[in-house]
Amino acid sequence: MKSRILALILAALMTAALCGCGGGESAQGDTASETADTEATATAAEDTAEESTGSTGEAVYGGEITVGIAAELDSSLDPHVSSSLAGTREVLFNIFEGLVKPDTEGNLIPAVAESYTVNETADVYTFTLREGVKFHNGETVTVGDVVYSLTRAAGLDTGEPFMSTLSGIASVEATDDSTIVVTLSAPDTEFLAYMTAAIIPEGNDPDEELIGTGPFKFVSRTVQENVVIEKFDEYWGEEPYLDKVTFQVIEDSQTMVMSLQSGAIDMAAHLDASQAAQLDGLTVLEGSMNLVQALYLNNAVEPFDNILVRQALSYAIDKYEIIDLAGDGYGTALGSSMYPAFAKYFDESLTNYYETDIEKARELLAEAGYEDGFTFTIAVISSYTPHVNAAQVIVEQLKEIGVTVEIEQMDASTWYSDVYQGKDFQATINGFDASTLTASAMLSRFTSTSSKNFISFYNDEYDAAYAEAVATVDEATQIDLFKQCQTILTEQAANVYIQDLAEFVAMQSNVGGYEFYPLYVMDMSTVYLIG
Amino acid sequence: MRYILKKTGVLLVTLLVISLLAFLAFQIIPGDPTARLLGTDYTPERAEALREELGLTGNVFVRYWKWLSGFVTGDMGTSYSYSMPVSEVIHGKVAVTAALSLMAWLMVMVISIPLGITLARYQGSRADRAFVAMNQVFMAIPPFFLGILFTYVFGLVLKLFVPGSFVSFSDSFFGCLGYLVFPALAIAIPKAAMVTKLLRSSILAQMDQDYVRTAYSRGNSRWGVIRGHVLRNALLPVVTFLAMTLADIVAGSIVVEQVFALPGLGRLLLSSISNRDYPVVQCIVVMISFVVVFMNYLSDIVTQYIDPRVRLN
Amino acid sequence: MITSRKNKTFRAGAVITAVMLLIILVGAFWTPYDPNAMDGSAKLQPPSLAHLLGTDNFGRDIFSRVVEGAGATFVIAAATVAIGLVAGMIIGGLTGYYGGPLDEILMRICDAIAAFPSILLALVLIALFGSGRYKIILALGLLFIPSFSRIVRSEVAKQKSMDYVRSAKLMGVGDMRILFVHIMPNILPVLLSTVAIGFNNAVLAEASMSYLGVGVQPPDASLGRMLSEAQTYLMSAPWYAVSVGLAIILLVLGFGLLSDGLGGQYDA
Repeated sequence: MKSRILALILAALMTAALCGCGGGESAQGDTASETADTEATATAAEDTAEESTGSTGEAVYGGEITVGIAAELDSSLDPHVSSSLAGTREVLFNIFEGLVKPDTEGNLIPAVAESYTVNETADVYTFTLREGVKFHNGETVTVGDVVYSLTRAAGLDTGEPFMSTLSGIASVEATDDSTIVVTLSAPDTEFLAYMTAAIIPEGNDPDEELIGTGPFKFVSRTVQENVVIEKFDEYWGEEPYLDKVTFQVIEDSQTMVMSLQSGAIDMAAHLDASQAAQLDGLTVLEGSMNLVQALYLNNAVEPFDNILVRQALSYAIDKYEIIDLAGDGYGTALGSSMYPAFAKYFDESLTNYYETDIEKARELLAEAGYEDGFTFTIAVISSYTPHVNAAQVIVEQLKEIGVTVEIEQMDASTWYSDVYQGKDFQATINGFDASTLTASAMLSRFTSTSSKNFISFYNDEYDAAYAEAVATVDEATQIDLFKQCQTILTEQAANVYIQDLAEFVAMQSNVGGYEFYPLYVMDMSTVYLIG
Repeated sequence: MRYILKKTGVLLVTLLVISLLAFLAFQIIPGDPTARLLGTDYTPERAEALREELGLTGNVFVRYWKWLSGFVTGDMGTSYSYSMPVSEVIHGKVAVTAALSLMAWLMVMVISIPLGITLARYQGSRADRAFVAMNQVFMAIPPFFLGILFTYVFGLVLKLFVPGSFVSFSDSFFGCLGYLVFPALAIAIPKAAMVTKLLRSSILAQMDQDYVRTAYSRGNSRWGVIRGHVLRNALLPVVTFLAMTLADIVAGSIVVEQVFALPGLGRLLLSSISNRDYPVVQCIVVMISFVVVFMNYLSDIVTQYIDPRVRLN
Repeated sequence: MITSRKNKTFRAGAVITAVMLLIILVGAFWTPYDPNAMDGSAKLQPPSLAHLLGTDNFGRDIFSRVVEGAGATFVIAAATVAIGLVAGMIIGGLTGYYGGPLDEILMRICDAIAAFPSILLALVLIALFGSGRYKIILALGLLFIPSFSRIVRSEVAKQKSMDYVRSAKLMGVGDMRILFVHIMPNILPVLLSTVAIGFNNAVLAEASMSYLGVGVQPPDASLGRMLSEAQTYLMSAPWYAVSVGLAIILLVLGFGLLSDGLGGQYDA
């Protein structure tokens, strides 16, 4: 629990700075690496953030553990590559740090920087370097390294940003040995969230050598097998407990369960309810995936170009039954494109906007001219069991209103090229998350001009509200406007919203200290073996 | 000699056809490698640039030729999803699949050859009948299902091995082989049942031949006849079948590797297909096909060696 | 004695197959429960009188689904084998009978296809046709043609030099008639055992295709799909996987015994 105390002290120390930034929020820009894939897309429940493992033993330093991860990591472990899968990001979290980093509450705490200030117009961010932070190669972090890292990530010298979130940076300068000034081309109150971008040594190419400042250093990687990290002895922060962590790739969900049960691995996150239910004698913690699972409808094709049809589906599909049947009752019902971890923006009143009502659904269908129902196809990625299962329940539910549904499973490549990019689909079930806790990460895709608007939702009112929200500096007004965006999505029944999926973390009884983050992160520095 | 030359020629042509098929297959299959690589960051411009970078533009046959000439000289290309040479990606995976397949194949032979001969020797006995009936059941079990059962029974209930705890050769040679025993057995049992049946029938079919009657008339016992005269002839179809079985085992290890979480070629092949990582897929396909074709080739030659009559064909 | 045992084999096969077919046939019109009806209050229940084989993770009756799934698998496997057999008889028959360069070319292509990892070929074909029940029949059927062709070809080539073929030729019987009326019946026993093995492989192929999500689409049942679903609940509901596994085994076993009893090539 030492780390928690430290975090509190740090938080207290930095209160001034944090308050400074709370003055005027304004969302802007494009969020970097949303991932449409759910398997690799999860985070933690804010209500379980406080929970540690229920174990009572004494935490000891030393030892090593093996952690099962469900998906192979990206080809490149370059922390600046923005298309990184969520699964890659959660592993890299242990190796790399930015000037700031998120804590378990979703707040940003200083990391490589010791403190920072933001000017009143939110377009100049000034960071003071923490003294004596060491890279894994033993060298001390200098302002030169920071400038190099941010310049590289923002693509200031090449013109092509690695991370699109950083495209708002106009310049990065070191004004003295410990001060870095980042100037933006336009005000952005959410910019600090993007300063989690990894700091790497000047001149370093991560594709050749992975060097960061995190609590663990990279040791080795074997494709489709594992990634090994070791404790970094000269870490500036709280000393991690474990000496060595092996992330082992176990793609088959049943094998993951057996490996946990047999003790072949010590811990695994992102398990679903059916996996968790089979574990005996292990510590199982419940969190949430932090994504929006929905039946995404192609608003441009018949019959979903008709709002009445979309509303009819919203009335006919019982999300609570889906949660019950496909998720064993675990999961948080949603009513719009936002999930509870976005405490500020989440509008709970939208969840039950459409109370399940078969009669009403039939009436709406009749009004739309489909009194005899119709047939449509749901495209779903075959390896994403929660979505396939939800689809199966929907098939049964829609039979009630005379709508016949066919499920078409496909692999991820086909889904990306046909559904997401080709927009050649009627409906699809998937989960969308955000890589930063910024409202625009969830809402920008539904604007008419967004290249990510794969459901072809074109609504002037929405565009106006979104544009205004992004331009607003006053936080309260901005939150209202973002909520208005969500309300429009719900009222227009742009999609049939289902839930934020539950996820579980399981560990052997001699492992403790795991903490949930509201982001897709697996922090191994707090995990320990019980002596 | 002419026979061997001719067969070698056929072998090369077949391999060429396979490599072309493998290459062309991905020209017609939907799903774009750039779509997966770029994910939600996809824009047509980025995709185009990436396609250029991956060498996905230009004439298909020119690209095929480039790939083929690279392949022959040992340059298997660069994996899209791991941006490292294909040879590095598959390194290690090959060893696992090869060890698994060989182990399963040896098991098939060790089980089926003595069993098949013994059953034929005691044809009609109670044991024979019992085994023949059981054989039918074993042949009907999908290796996939057998693998699931083994994991459950031997892994979870009896705890004879720890599912998911595969260690690589470099870490522990015997630990690795030990882990492979159950997957190999899951693959081997249905195949062994088939080979046993084939060998037994093959021996019994020979027993009606004239030369067997002659051998009997010289006062040989049944066992003496089988051992001295029948076996050589009876093994012919079995050799062919065993060769095909190894090929089957290699190609069929995909599902069993999945069940036992073995980091072999099968899993890599599946994920590479799904990611449209063509260079890796092509390399694995050509390698697996090579084993299949080469085993057929060997069995042709061995058959011809055992039975000179084939030569004329 | 051999004959009597063959009879027994045949009878055992006939009984198993007849029972399976009867269940499948009845199941096509009536099952105890709607195979797709979900019941949240009865999830993963062990076998009982109400649910003979228990229920799955959606509370669906496993027995009803096994019956429906066996039907789907049977139809797919049978249709697959039928496509392979008919095309194989034509291609293998012609090439075996006439020989020559056409034979060489076709056999090289068959060799190449046979050497190609079948799962990849199936995936390519599925990607071309799209997924679903009828598409998978087409894809697997195409996949089965080479092996049937090879067997038919070698058998026809063997028969071609036999006396009865020569005399038929002398009597002026047409080639097609000789091939399909005179020769084919003589290789029937070999074909039948090939069909049994082919059926076995087709059931397995359906299983792996459905396992990869390109076969029968959910919520419809097929034995392959169900086995992969059941695998997830191996520990909490072992009867699920076992029921489905047994159904596959019985289906394959019945057919195997039947064709063995029929076949003249191998006894036992």
